[in-house]
Amino acid sequence: MATTVRERIKKITYNHLVNLNSKCFGQCLTAVGWVGGTLPELYEENGMIELTTADVANGGFVVGAALSGIKPIYVVRYQGFQWYNAPMIINYASKSKEIWGISCPIFIRSIAMEGGIGPVAGSSHHSIYQRMPGTKILSPMTPNEYQFAYDDFIMNDDVYYISEHRLSYDSDIEFNDIIHKNSDFVLFPISVTRFEAEKARLILQERGLSVSIIHQLWIKPFTFKKEWLHCLENSKYGGLVLDDDYEQGVASSIAQRIMIQSNKKVYTLGLQHRTAGFHNKVDNLPPDSEDIIGFIEKLLEDNG
Amino acid sequence: MSKFRLNVFNKASICRNFEEQTFKKITQKVIQFPVYLSAGQEYIPATIATVIEKKVMPYIFIQHRGHSTYLSFNGDPIKLIDELLGRGSGCAKGMGGSASIQSKENNIFGHDGMMGSQVPIAVGYCYSTKNPTIVFVGDSAAEEDYVLSSIGWAVTKNLPILFIVEDNNLSILTEKIVRRSWDMHEVSNGFGMLSHNISDDPKEIKVCLDSVFTRPILLNINTIRKYWHAGAGIDNEDVFDRYLDEMNKLGPIAEEIHEKTKIYIKNLWRQQLEKE
Repeated sequence: MATTVRERIKKITYNHLVNLNSKCFGQCLTAVGWVGGTLPELYEENGMIELTTADVANGGFVVGAALSGIKPIYVVRYQGFQWYNAPMIINYASKSKEIWGISCPIFIRSIAMEGGIGPVAGSSHHSIYQRMPGTKILSPMTPNEYQFAYDDFIMNDDVYYISEHRLSYDSDIEFNDIIHKNSDFVLFPISVTRFEAEKARLILQERGLSVSIIHQLWIKPFTFKKEWLHCLENSKYGGLVLDDDYEQGVASSIAQRIMIQSNKKVYTLGLQHRTAGFHNKVDNLPPDSEDIIGFIEKLLEDNG
Repeated sequence: MSKFRLNVFNKASICRNFEEQTFKKITQKVIQFPVYLSAGQEYIPATIATVIEKKVMPYIFIQHRGHSTYLSFNGDPIKLIDELLGRGSGCAKGMGGSASIQSKENNIFGHDGMMGSQVPIAVGYCYSTKNPTIVFVGDSAAEEDYVLSSIGWAVTKNLPILFIVEDNNLSILTEKIVRRSWDMHEVSNGFGMLSHNISDDPKEIKVCLDSVFTRPILLNINTIRKYWHAGAGIDNEDVFDRYLDEMNKLGPIAEEIHEKTKIYIKNLWRQQLEKE
């Protein structure tokens, strides 16, 4: 039986605390669900540290722990809470190596979810970190990607922002890029949009369109590989970057970089630029397969 | 006690003379970015360093007005001069300016410029290592919400940490009475922490350090900033000066230390400037 993302995170965390003698910080870690079942049932004496509910200070506590060289894991249960947790991580941990020559590595598990969760807690917020220097950002959605992200963190001494999504926890699949020689369109999905982008690609394929899909694990540093460039330049209508954050952040930034390097238009689809309400009539959700298909079909229609 | 006072004066003299020379370099426009002079407040770190360095080598989290803390805990004055001159040989590779200085050799961690951030960072460091830790914060930065919650967590975890509030009563020029109706030592007491509200008289400070690092302690130490919040200027000439008061009490021996130190620091500045 294949391992799920949830099981992989749990195993990694167990090893990090028990074998590497490190610490995992966060709020309400030992509560009923153990953060969606991603944490082993360990307690303070094993390095599972329950913090206060003072989000801003908590970010500082973890930075201090990281300065001691233990490479802590920091669990932020809702990415929207990063607006309160990020200040000291971004301004101290992410800059420490550059200013003082002292590395301050933290593995930040930043967890997204959405649907009926209101104006603050929902969706991904990796754009907060992306616009500031000193943090590496990955959004793993598969067990092997998660293992890669952790291993890369252990091999390096940087702050890692891991943009997780609860919808991936049950998944045991691994994604593969589908790169056609002559695509009609190329998708560059990030985070949870990767699941819906795969669905959209298959539906569009049935409708006779050739859609390539290039999964985005690395958000920062972002490297536009030659084969991706080749795929985009040979496409008929260009590309679409999909994100679970507001379009004005990471998605636009990546689209701009891709456009500069290619001769094709690259569009973005992410959260709408408005506040999310709790009821499903006023929520603000990431693009699903219908949104993606609708966007592409309208684009094709507009382009004759 | 007089030997102790003389030892403190020795450290304070390095701090005061360093700041006097730095003041001149600012007025001469040798330094052209914000500099946070600590003259007037030097008796706080000078006393604490004199008392504590006989017991342990602590881990220190500094605030933006930190030249005297750096120097009292044996930070290299040449590296500080180079830092203020923006050189790669500076204590923060020329990146830290006046506000973000550090000394790896002396366990002094730099400050990032976000008011009071050093407090939760120090608490997190202390929690993780259980090493004796000192964190310096101004009376204004102490008002940051995350400073207060950090004090609470340090009590909860009974950490070996010393919080020093350098209380000069001013946030730039806004007095404490305008900003708040409470006192740090009382809030800290409310959290269950051993706290004292004292002056920067070395004798008073020393007494409060008896049980340091056996439990979290907060000292709100009232002091008087000699110069502007930033840069070279004087808000008020007619204020008490602890350094001059101690020099007067200690007599000719202190005056001699002051004069020798003045020449020493002046020469350091000259030597470093000649290297440009």
